[in-house]
Amino acid sequence: MAYSFNIPYSKNKLRLMRKFVTEVLHEHSVPDIETNMMVLAVDEVCANIIIHGQCSDLEDYVKISISFNKEGVWFDIIDKGAAFDIIKYNEPILGDLIRTKQKGGVGIMLVKKIMDKIEFDSSPNQNTLRLFKKVTFEK
Amino acid sequence: MLEIVQTNENNYISIAVTGDADASSSIKLDKGLRSAFDESHSNIIIDCTNLNYISSAGLGVFMSYIEEINQTNTTFVIYGLSEKVLKVFGILGLDQLLILKNTKEEALVELNGL
Repeated sequence: MAYSFNIPYSKNKLRLMRKFVTEVLHEHSVPDIETNMMVLAVDEVCANIIIHGQCSDLEDYVKISISFNKEGVWFDIIDKGAAFDIIKYNEPILGDLIRTKQKGGVGIMLVKKIMDKIEFDSSPNQNTLRLFKKVTFEK
Repeated sequence: MLEIVQTNENNYISIAVTGDADASSSIKLDKGLRSAFDESHSNIIIDCTNLNYISSAGLGVFMSYIEEINQTNTTFVIYGLSEKVLKVFGILGLDQLLILKNTKEEALVELNGL
């Protein structure tokens, strides 16, 4: 069974997406700590798309689908903005960010550390980022 | 939604952070910390007992003050992080670069160098 949610292009709406993802994961007996980690990874990706995606149609949405298998959870995040391949993105060095007092730059780092698989596909119409996390489901 | 409440005590300033520190709200956290540093307080404690969620935007705010904390010899102690928020600090090792304590009492002990 898959679940889906559309987020408007607004940072203020991210909390609604977090609520949705949290509820779906809890419904599937994903432990609290892991739920928060996955919510964080999806939040980072969506925030990036909303802030940097330059979507020309602000009436449009970022679409999230969540599906489960025995091993864990897949998140599909689809948008129509500028393509950003996080797999090819070279993260900055944390020490450099700290020394130069940067406030940004660690979002993608978090996603890569949290998730077990990341796939990216871009077509002229849309970008699809797929994230997978292994989960030991609670009984 | 994020609420920042600053309280001035005898020898320290306390900043209570309540709610979600995400991409839309972390600017408030930054303003709260900026004003404490601009007022040259040498002892700052951050009460995160009611911090429900933090994303990279909130972590980035704390991260951006590490250099200033060290350069100004400010004692900067964060306390009351829930287990799930503490884990987020741990992903990048920020739990090793900032002083994190469980309770206000422990934070004050750190402040007073006891």
